[in-house]
Amino acid sequence: MTIANLKRGQKAIIKEFSTDNIPIKLLEMGCLPGNEVELLQIAPFRDPLYLNINGSFLAIRRETALQIEIDILESKSV
Amino acid sequence: MSKQINVALIGNPNTGKTSVFNQLTGLNQKVGNYPGITVEKKEGVCKLPRGVKAHIIDLPGTYSLNANSLDENVVIELLLNKNDKDFPDVAVVITDVENLKRNLLLFTQIKDLKIPTILVINMADRMKRRGISLDVELLEQKLNTKIAVVSTRKRQGVEKVKELIANYKNISTDPCVDTTVIEPEYFNGLKAAFPNQDIYKLWLVITQDANFVKLDRNLVKDTSAFSTKSKTELKRLQHKETVLRYQFINGVLKEGYKIDANAAKGFRASLDRILTHKVWGYVIFFLILLTIFQAIYDWSSYPMDFIDATFASLSEWVKETMPAGSLTNLIAEGIIPGLGGIVIFIPQIAFLFLFISVLEESGYMSRVVFLMDRIMRKFGLSGKSVVPLISGTACAIPAVMATRNIENWKERLITILVTPFTTCSARLPVYLIIISLVIPNTRFLGMNLQGITLMMLYLLGFGMAVFSAWLLNKILKIKSRTFFVVEMPSYKMPLPKNVLITVVEKTKSFVFGAGKIILAISIVLWFLASNGPSDRFDNAREIVTAQPEAENLPEGDLETKIASYKLQNSYIGIAGKAIEPAILPLGYDWKIGIAVISSFAAREVFVGTLATIYSVGSDEEETIKNRMASETNPITGEPLFNLASGISLLLFYAFAMQCMSTLAIVKRETNTWKWPVAQLVFMSAFAYLVALVAYQLIK
Repeated sequence: MTIANLKRGQKAIIKEFSTDNIPIKLLEMGCLPGNEVELLQIAPFRDPLYLNINGSFLAIRRETALQIEIDILESKSV
Repeated sequence: MSKQINVALIGNPNTGKTSVFNQLTGLNQKVGNYPGITVEKKEGVCKLPRGVKAHIIDLPGTYSLNANSLDENVVIELLLNKNDKDFPDVAVVITDVENLKRNLLLFTQIKDLKIPTILVINMADRMKRRGISLDVELLEQKLNTKIAVVSTRKRQGVEKVKELIANYKNISTDPCVDTTVIEPEYFNGLKAAFPNQDIYKLWLVITQDANFVKLDRNLVKDTSAFSTKSKTELKRLQHKETVLRYQFINGVLKEGYKIDANAAKGFRASLDRILTHKVWGYVIFFLILLTIFQAIYDWSSYPMDFIDATFASLSEWVKETMPAGSLTNLIAEGIIPGLGGIVIFIPQIAFLFLFISVLEESGYMSRVVFLMDRIMRKFGLSGKSVVPLISGTACAIPAVMATRNIENWKERLITILVTPFTTCSARLPVYLIIISLVIPNTRFLGMNLQGITLMMLYLLGFGMAVFSAWLLNKILKIKSRTFFVVEMPSYKMPLPKNVLITVVEKTKSFVFGAGKIILAISIVLWFLASNGPSDRFDNAREIVTAQPEAENLPEGDLETKIASYKLQNSYIGIAGKAIEPAILPLGYDWKIGIAVISSFAAREVFVGTLATIYSVGSDEEETIKNRMASETNPITGEPLFNLASGISLLLFYAFAMQCMSTLAIVKRETNTWKWPVAQLVFMSAFAYLVALVAYQLIK
């Protein structure tokens, strides 16, 4: 499971990164293992993804999202 | 002069750092550049209690001391260089109460540099709505610093900041986090090798090698004492450091900061839903763009007409009042029209920056980036290219500078290369005068034909930008790690004062930056048109009067003939004649040729040049448009500005790279002459070709 698998409104806990190349900027914005992530919006054409990570609101591309492994917390339909 | 306290304002983007700066300094600020790079340097003076003054620098926004860009480098370079005259006595870290956790990361890094660091928690007015409560005393104790809770929107707390700055000596310089615990062995090695250096500073110098410009790296040159780690390992350590810092911050905030997760999430969510909607999102964006263009080209026409008329009468007035002579001519025909050519752009530039600044301050711009990223990526661009492409309609210079926050080098380079195709305001005067000459002022399908032509030219410029981006994306073989992170700030009402200051600053930098070039060229042109190398220039009157066909000419026509003979034998005339063979196939005569050549310095010079060329020697106050309309083609004898040559000129200006300042900026931003030269050659060759084909087909 990665962030790219999340549905809108779903929350998850970040588990680990499947690459060494996660930009440091993303970590600094709170994208660290153990933190909560919520998918808020998906842009038209399914990319990028608008997330709330640990209280920070940010958008990342699907290709980056695919490298962030997660455990889904709960299902909430919107 | 008493000693000033050097203060550095530091903070993440979107924390209201500039608002704090504006309120501390009022209008008592100046904007310049850091030497050698085009990063804006904002400084100001703030009066503190008891007659002390603080010299305040507003450093570029950064998320951490791990620099990713030129702007961010400025921050770390200053903080690591004790000998810099701006090295801060005290750092003020501005944070947003809603993002305190993330913002504190930077705070802990600065504090670890052992610089006295004050914490400003801004946007306090939003606390109630977001259900946030702060235990300031506890936070002060845990972070070992002094805190000011500020609301720039409500003008609260800034006095407290001043007071803390004045008493900066009472602030502890103990670090927050001991970085060495992430890998004691490595750091012990470092300590042993450089016993006199501060370990955290050393660590920053080692890890920040990516884009260092001028920091003295001799510090770690001699690495024989220990083996330097590989980049991947360093990166792993940086990850660990980030985790460590967050652990510390979580511990601090656990008791001192409470947020009610259920409070007021609705506003952002519902606004986001509309603004990033797959249909409405684009419709709203399109409407906003339409409003911007409407403002730039319609609303600003009133002040522009006024400026135009004012400068024309000023020129007239000088001619009438001052004694006739070279000086009067220089002022009336060179300097005043030259100045007018600069001032006339002020309304458009101001409108554009007004909109851009409102869109950025409100948080909407990030939504546009989010909305457009997928589409732009098809053309090798990024969602973040939208801002430069929109800014490009005012001026390519700030637009090229606005590409800095595009993380991916290839996307950034492509954006820089194609931005000059967008129709900048300097092309507008050229378009306007030629359209009014060659396109009939009639209606077509209920719309004004001239207006349609203008719009087509804009679409053409934008289309060409996108097309060449697509092409470059195919051609350029640049491997660059792609990553893309955009912060989505909360929606805010823009503060009028911030918007105003941005508009004034940007307009000023245009007037004094581009203005200098335009004015200089106007004067040079005037000189070249008013002087000639040979007797034929000096004795024009005698030569023309002596010609047999001159005898029966009425007085006015004779004067025109003399003036035109003079012009042909001036320096500029001789140069123009020399290039005429190259431009005749495009339908231009040598006068247009001169205007085209001189506008390689800056496009807007075109009209000014024709104005200068035509007005030199002419006493009559005639509009430039009438003069142009009465010109005839040297070969065909028909009006020089007809549909064929007009379209040819319009297309030439749509595509040609005619702006020295843009080339200079591109050189600075790409750090090589390769790209600006490629731009110049490709765009100009393409422009020539298109203009040639157009003229030959239509004529």
